Amino acid sequence: MTDTLSPTTTIADDRTPEDRAIVNRGLAQMLKGGVIMDVVTPEQAKIAEEAGAVAVMALERVPADIRAQGGVARMSDPDLIEAIIETVSIPVMAKARIGHFVEAQVLQALKVDYIDESEVLSPADYVNHIDKTRFEVPFVCGATNLGEALRRITEGASMIRSKGEAGTGDVSEAMKHIRTITGEIRGLAAKSDDELYVAAKELQAPYELVRQIAREGKLPVVMFVAGGIATPADAAMMMQLGADGVFVGSGIFKSGDPVKRAAAIVRATTHFNDPEVIADASRGLGEAMVGINVADVPAPHRLAERGW
Amino acid sequence: MTTIGVVALQGAVSEHVAMLTGLGATVRQIRTPDGLDGLDGLVLPGGESTAMARAAAKVGLFEQVRERRESGLPIFGTCAGLILLAERVEDGEALAGFATVGGLDITARRNAFGGQLASFRAGLDVQGVEGPAFPAVFIRAPQVVAVEASVQVLARTSADGPIVAVRQGGLLATSFHPELTADDRLHRLFLSICRG
Repeated sequence: MTDTLSPTTTIADDRTPEDRAIVNRGLAQMLKGGVIMDVVTPEQAKIAEEAGAVAVMALERVPADIRAQGGVARMSDPDLIEAIIETVSIPVMAKARIGHFVEAQVLQALKVDYIDESEVLSPADYVNHIDKTRFEVPFVCGATNLGEALRRITEGASMIRSKGEAGTGDVSEAMKHIRTITGEIRGLAAKSDDELYVAAKELQAPYELVRQIAREGKLPVVMFVAGGIATPADAAMMMQLGADGVFVGSGIFKSGDPVKRAAAIVRATTHFNDPEVIADASRGLGEAMVGINVADVPAPHRLAERGW
Repeated sequence: MTTIGVVALQGAVSEHVAMLTGLGATVRQIRTPDGLDGLDGLVLPGGESTAMARAAAKVGLFEQVRERRESGLPIFGTCAGLILLAERVEDGEALAGFATVGGLDITARRNAFGGQLASFRAGLDVQGVEGPAFPAVFIRAPQVVAVEASVQVLARTSADGPIVAVRQGGLLATSFHPELTADDRLHRLFLSICRG
């Protein structure tokens, strides 16, 4: 498959920072309305593509297993990532630890299409995130509120992912985070210009970016929702709340019938405003992932609290 | 009044909608065959062609679009849309078994420039588009690797570079994404095709 992502891919010559921002934010725009699925093998990647995923996230363990097994979670083996890149024609994303700029350099060298600087892995730096402006490859970063999203965008993120609580199958944190972010954007849009200086201070984000969001009423990058999506109805609800798309991690390959569930979640995401289609997509899917209530996860084990 | 449908299964839908609305068209988002009646033109947006083909198959959308195309509906495809309009796709295993729209007598090659690190912007001279170079945005873009005589080549990346924009009657297709720019000249060209 030489025409897809292969290790022979070269970086386009002479890209200016503006070119890079447009093509990197642009790739996320091409994923809108779609589902990005966590996969741990090339076989799962193929199932995801066949189900209609717009991209896959290549990793060694899904968040539910990281949570169950504990220990330090790191970037995946390059062999695994390359095998997945060679298997599918859709974009391949991979995760680096928060602040681990060398893992990010490695992932760029492997020619992944997107890097997720992810709280699902163990943080490498409890103060700084990666300076993403130094990279050619685009980054997606997690956020639980608007200020966090804006700090990540300032550092060079081309896409935002509301965090939810990964590996739980409990959608309540995803709900909390998207409602927080969209609510804070509406709040900014209602402020007068002279109130935006203090708003920027409170959000701990640059004034120019805050003013831009107040004027446009939306983030300057695409925002997907992640963390706890396990059913077609979960995905459709996030879309109705204003998500541009959804990430599904453990929810698919930790369920009873991944092939069927993957396609059903895609279908509900496409037709998110049509309850009859969502009902139909929800039938006969077998067991959902068992899941954990977020309330039962002790605070030190909550992944969403990683990142600053 | 010109009514344009934008296939809204996935991808850069809102960008096309905004551009067409700005040019005075009435725009309808199309997710099922129900919305296809009474259209003057249809846009197949950028996105993932594999995901769109699968979503369309669930509702039989592209079979219906194909019928309208055969009876003369103008269609504008960008990036994934170009792939869906191509009669032949090289290395198209991931699309095998799924209906596409077809109609353009070209052979397209998916992700022909490479992965995301090979995505780029370039100023292009596009036939039929007056004025300065068109600011073309290429994202994991396809190329047109062969055309039949019935197809008009509108643009290449350079004099001897790959073909990246074509027209055949009412079908217009680009490897790049005019919907990601502020330049509406290709959308104007498409609307003039729709208005006959």
